[in-house]
Amino acid sequence: MNMRNVGIIFKRELESYFATPVAYVFIVIFLVLSAALTFHMGNFYERGQADLVPFFGFHPWLYLFLIPAISMRLWAEERKSGTIELLLTLPITMLEAVIGKFLAAWLFAGIALFLTFPIWITVNYLGDPDNGVIFTAYIGSLLMAGGFLAIGACISATTKNQVIAFIVSVVICFAFLLSGFSIVLDFFRGWAPQSVVDAISSLSFLTHYTALSKGVIDIRDVIYFVTLIGFWLYANAVVIEMKKGN
Amino acid sequence: MIEIENLVKRFGHLTAVDNISFTVGSGEVLGFLGPNGAGKSTTMKMVTGFLAPTSGSIKVCSFPVVGDAREAKEKIGYLPEGAPCYGEMTPYQFLQFIADVRNLKGEQRKQRIETVIEQLHLQKVIYRPIDTLSKGFKRRVGLSQAILHDPQVLVLDEPTDGLDPNQKFEVRQLIKSMSKDKIVVISTHILEEVDAVCSRAIIIANGKIVADETPKELLSRSPTGRMDDVFRDITSAENLS
Repeated sequence: MNMRNVGIIFKRELESYFATPVAYVFIVIFLVLSAALTFHMGNFYERGQADLVPFFGFHPWLYLFLIPAISMRLWAEERKSGTIELLLTLPITMLEAVIGKFLAAWLFAGIALFLTFPIWITVNYLGDPDNGVIFTAYIGSLLMAGGFLAIGACISATTKNQVIAFIVSVVICFAFLLSGFSIVLDFFRGWAPQSVVDAISSLSFLTHYTALSKGVIDIRDVIYFVTLIGFWLYANAVVIEMKKGN
Repeated sequence: MIEIENLVKRFGHLTAVDNISFTVGSGEVLGFLGPNGAGKSTTMKMVTGFLAPTSGSIKVCSFPVVGDAREAKEKIGYLPEGAPCYGEMTPYQFLQFIADVRNLKGEQRKQRIETVIEQLHLQKVIYRPIDTLSKGFKRRVGLSQAILHDPQVLVLDEPTDGLDPNQKFEVRQLIKSMSKDKIVVISTHILEEVDAVCSRAIIIANGKIVADETPKELLSRSPTGRMDDVFRDITSAENLS
């Protein structure tokens, strides 16, 4: 893999986000929603604690709907407009294209996440939070966004229709979130062996994200997200290879 | 040199390209003709490395077109069917992107970009999003991308589709002027184009080659001396059999 080529694809893709109002609309909605959820539903003030637990607690649910909106166009648009034929006949490899595009989407999500920094300033102004925990939670949130994006990128490659890409991505991401919920796990606990329940639970974004969002860096959680991203990007390349001729 | 041997492409039960072989040498302008669905575009997609053949082999400038095929792809300039471009980019940004991928640097890069903008008369639209351009301009942006790195092999799928007669004439002149030391493969529906630019014509029907000769030889097949009649004779006879 040639990092130079990855960089070229990355740059083009990132610029294309900002070439239309989509990027700005997305960022504004993300910031407004994350603030509204934190202050109104998360009882940020009423809790009387100097931390960002309510803020990070809503991220999985925000990402569930917003991340597929970033990822839906990644490949669906290339396939619909036919530019995929141009892209894949240039002297770059499939892997370089897949990774370059993914990284551009990830950095874009990262920019949106970074722009939530006023809330970090707010909590530091109001009290004396543990900034190490907050930093770890940001890393966890970014990793989780990467997981959502990798799923979305792969789903985007299966269709020429961005709306379908969006909806299917939401459903699959929802399944990845839900599998950590006690309701779902209780359902399995009744009859399935503990190892199966643990396996289902360990697949969940929530299980791994919750620890990180509380400031606990467990290398296994990091490995989980990295592996998940790797797996879905590989699937992404396989899907394009299969479907590009259609 | 493009060397194609026993090329087959199947989509499920459909055989789009059925065991075709031919070679194209430097200086040749090969016109690829045939009814819709004959396998022209599929063949071009395989030559440029977009689709993998079901069987058979393709070599471009003696580099095999399989897998990543990076060396072969570096030699090829390709205008896909419909001239797809990134619509949100301006032609200028688009050409910069292609120049990056083609690894053009410094003075050569600047000079090549200026040359293709001039050759395809893109000066007026160079800073406008491609989405807002007319069909003719979009086609020319697609062409400019294909010739930017001055490739040894040019594969153009319907290069003059959507152009007005003057633009068609200019693009044909451009193809001719570039063809001296290159290999050019163009597919077209416009039969007069074959006579105007090609030194050789291959007619393909139902995935098979049904004629491979010079445009003159093709014309002499018909008593009327009209390309349309020759085309109809050859391809419909094949369809009936």
